[in-house]
Amino acid sequence: MRRLGALEGAVMEVLWQRQRPTSARDVAQALAARDLAYTTVLTVLDRLAKKGFAQRTRVGRAWSYTPAAPREAYITQLMLEALNLTGDRDAALVRFARSVSSTEAETLRRALAAAEDPPVRRRRR
Amino acid sequence: MTYALHHAVLVIACPLVVPLLAHARWLRRVPHTAVLLWQALGLTWALSVVGLAFALGLAPYHLGVLPGLARAAADLTAGRLADRLIPIQLGALGAGLALTAMLVGALVTCTLEILGARRRHRRLLALVARLCPEAPGALVLEHPAAAAYCLPGMRSQVVVSEGMLKLLDRDQLAAVLAHEHAHARARHDLVLLPFVALRRVLPRLRLVAQAADAVALLVEMCADDLACRRHAVRSLATALLRVGTASGTAVPAGALGAATNPLAARAHRLLAPRPPIPWAVGGLAAAAAATVLATPLSLLVLPA
Repeated sequence: MRRLGALEGAVMEVLWQRQRPTSARDVAQALAARDLAYTTVLTVLDRLAKKGFAQRTRVGRAWSYTPAAPREAYITQLMLEALNLTGDRDAALVRFARSVSSTEAETLRRALAAAEDPPVRRRRR
Repeated sequence: MTYALHHAVLVIACPLVVPLLAHARWLRRVPHTAVLLWQALGLTWALSVVGLAFALGLAPYHLGVLPGLARAAADLTAGRLADRLIPIQLGALGAGLALTAMLVGALVTCTLEILGARRRHRRLLALVARLCPEAPGALVLEHPAAAAYCLPGMRSQVVVSEGMLKLLDRDQLAAVLAHEHAHARARHDLVLLPFVALRRVLPRLRLVAQAADAVALLVEMCADDLACRRHAVRSLATALLRVGTASGTAVPAGALGAATNPLAARAHRLLAPRPPIPWAVGGLAAAAAATVLATPLSLLVLPA
């Protein structure tokens, strides 16, 4: 399961690099260095199509695959969730920090400068 | 009747404590204890709301809530519930059941939604995120905005963006990653979950929002403290400052909402630490919370 998941990324990478519909055989060739069975590539492509990440069209007797969306679209979607800009407050992710307003930023900078002035204080535990 | 009164007192008292806890600055020095206090408060309130309805409805049985419910169920099947309880008591019993269903239902739907969102997120991560030697133990997203987060779960995952890698030096990045790993290990998402769920049930109640925000901030402070065990306080504080003031990550106006910025509170706390709270004070607060919580809990089973 885990291995197939990792392969999905590699296969999508191939589809994203080709600008045109790509057959399973071409994908297998592009990933020749990974020494995959052809059937494994077929399985992964099938999974990607079922998940909606790849679209397939029949060309002659074989399927050809194209990415459903560009790579950047998925990254943008992840970043929107990461920055909590999707609009719904959820607890799906635990984020590091969000931006502050410019006045708050100024206060923070002053606090940092003040802490820098004396020898840096270590927090006692 | 005294038991119903006890629940009623707690139903009113708990919301009164919310602003007190939310504004208690000293609690930020002991964030782990403070999180426990909020959890005890939330649980006490939920139990006493439900307990009040049941105590009123089940008064004629002179039993605790659980044995009383069992007896009521037995009477219902025997077809004599209406003889034992007067209409008002039947109404209270119904309200108790409805409230329980609402609270449990909110928790379940919220959990399912969050699990679904995480599954989708994880699936996309597997496609587009990369491993990068600069950020050991984390996945990297190729995006110029600065972000770092933890995708919690059985197999938790820490993720940073390239923007974050550019923004921070090595020590700062290590501190941020430690902070996120602390969230993952401590399963802070489970701490947040009931408060997020409650906020969905009662979206307009300011007190609920206040409690949820306070817990979210305290959880961040817990992770800050855990990260600072291994990393310089200054690295983490600088990272906070840099992320908070970085351009390109601007959050639309109104998205923050809070009067005092959580990020500022965290940075100040790290940069100008106050002397630690004596161990006994934290212990005393926790003991007090446990006592308050014990009463509605015990009234579930003890005969009234």
